[in-house]
Amino acid sequence: MIQIENIKKSYGSQDNRFQVLKGISTQIADGDFVVILGASGSGKSSFLNIISGLEHPDSGSVLYDGQDITTLPDKDLTAFRRKTTAFLFQQYYLLPHMTVEQNVRMGADLAGNPKYRKILEAVGLWGKLHKYPAQLSGGEQQRCALARALAKKPRVLFLDEPTGALDEQTGRQVLDYIAQLQHTCHFTMVCVTHNANIAQMAGTVIQMNSGELSDTYTNKTRKTAYEIGW
Amino acid sequence: MIVSVKDTAKLLGISVIACCAVMVCTLFLNFYWDIRLIEGLLSSPQEIIYYNAQVSTAKIVCLLCGGCLSLTSVVMLLFDIKHYIDTHKKELGILKALGMPAMKAALHFWVFGTGIFLGTAVGFGGAFLLMPTFYRLQNKDALLPPVTIGFHPSLLFFLVILPTAAYAALAVLYTFFKLHTPVMGLLKDNWQQESYPSRSRGRNTSRHVSYCAPAQKAHVPSRRPDTFLDTLRKNTLRTRKALVFFILFGSFCYASMTQMSASMRELSSVMMGIMMLVIGLVLAFTTLFLAISTVVKGNRQTIAMMRTFGYSQAECCQALLGCYRPVSCLGFALGTLYQYELLRIMVDLVFRDFESMPVYTFDFPVMFLSLGSFIAVYELMMYRYSRRIGKISVKEIMLE
Repeated sequence: MIQIENIKKSYGSQDNRFQVLKGISTQIADGDFVVILGASGSGKSSFLNIISGLEHPDSGSVLYDGQDITTLPDKDLTAFRRKTTAFLFQQYYLLPHMTVEQNVRMGADLAGNPKYRKILEAVGLWGKLHKYPAQLSGGEQQRCALARALAKKPRVLFLDEPTGALDEQTGRQVLDYIAQLQHTCHFTMVCVTHNANIAQMAGTVIQMNSGELSDTYTNKTRKTAYEIGW
Repeated sequence: MIVSVKDTAKLLGISVIACCAVMVCTLFLNFYWDIRLIEGLLSSPQEIIYYNAQVSTAKIVCLLCGGCLSLTSVVMLLFDIKHYIDTHKKELGILKALGMPAMKAALHFWVFGTGIFLGTAVGFGGAFLLMPTFYRLQNKDALLPPVTIGFHPSLLFFLVILPTAAYAALAVLYTFFKLHTPVMGLLKDNWQQESYPSRSRGRNTSRHVSYCAPAQKAHVPSRRPDTFLDTLRKNTLRTRKALVFFILFGSFCYASMTQMSASMRELSSVMMGIMMLVIGLVLAFTTLFLAISTVVKGNRQTIAMMRTFGYSQAECCQALLGCYRPVSCLGFALGTLYQYELLRIMVDLVFRDFESMPVYTFDFPVMFLSLGSFIAVYELMMYRYSRRIGKISVKEIMLE
């Protein structure tokens, strides 16, 4: 269980200070697929960065099974990320001088996971182990980034606009992979998106507007990536 | 304008090297030309021997110092241009896509010669400031008739104007050569014309394969690759060979110049020793800082992702900076060997006609002192950059 209590965050100097998160409280159940929905500038990415331990809030707490990660020193926060979280970003951020397999080992080595090749096969990259990111299409690069994240065996997977840089067909394919893997392996998944259709695939939807939660609801039935609009 | 003079501020390393090279060469060449004017005034054999020793020293120092430093500044200039093109290749690609010829774009890179001009001009001017003291110390025992300082315009041409023009031309030609790639090669990161993308060889699996399920019919390559950190270490060295050279050169300069300046105290003037020490330290620090900061800057995305995934600061530093430690050790060893051999040869050449030829032996205490200080300085630099690595976050990468 991730318990989020009264998170506030501002950016900028005193004269030009802008509050992006205005006291957000919510909770995320273990094994849930949560979509954080909001327009550009609503503060959803800042919220994701804070609950994943990438950034510190100005105030408030983020509790993982009772442990507040906002008070952890940098060393402990690194250990927390190493053990608990993995990330998938819109821009993939694959390491350009490393092959697909070497990129995936970045995550696998952290978890001591020798069976990372199964993940590469599951995401359809078995034949491209020795290709470099520049030799892959956008969808393949995102699947490689997904394999890298999953090879880490995370407890919580954070996704920041995972299909933002993909076309519709590839976007659906990637989302389908992710949803199936989450369903099979029961890790918690938190996805930030501005695409309201993706929210239909989630168990819980958190809507954000101008740094505040505007609505939170659960879906009775979860749609697949091929059933939603785009 | 594609490249502004502001961009050349990053050429500090080249300027410093050019400044050191020209300062040393101006001092010794000017002295060489001026001392030749008194050749006809020499009468005693002692005067002739001392005169010959001074002339030999000037020739050797100019040849070695000028040659080595010019070569290093060429490598550094090419490295800086390549680095500039790599970081601005999208803008250059757009210009090429819009129809700008490669030569027209390359011609803008003449401004890289300004770094050389600045360095050589400061070095030339600085040499004339030091010259009265230098001349006095070179003839402190008054073994020769007084040598008057003269200004030789040809030296200004050969040490300032010609290098500036040559380096500007080199910058243009090298850029022209580098821009002779397809537009896509500039616009897309790591674009490879021949191998991009060979989709037919990829094996698509079913959409419903579970990543928890065992791999079936999969051909598992027999050799397990290196760990991620091992691969990163090797990649860092392999993809940035110029930096290996600079770290080797920086350590080499530190070892050779610090030991030479201390070992020469009985063979030459104090000023020569101090000059060597200062030049050695400036060269070593400039080169090492330039190289290590380029490693850190060039790997910002890698560091950010590693930190995001939970790799510790120590692991990042060990993989990215630790791989250069053996290189710096090698540089130090080569520098030590070089200064010993150089001094031995110089003593043989310069003092061969002297009645009491000084005996030169390897100075172990100086070597250990130099090694100790080098380790301390190098590790301090690593510590500084490891702190910088700790501050790199994924957020700043995302904002770019």
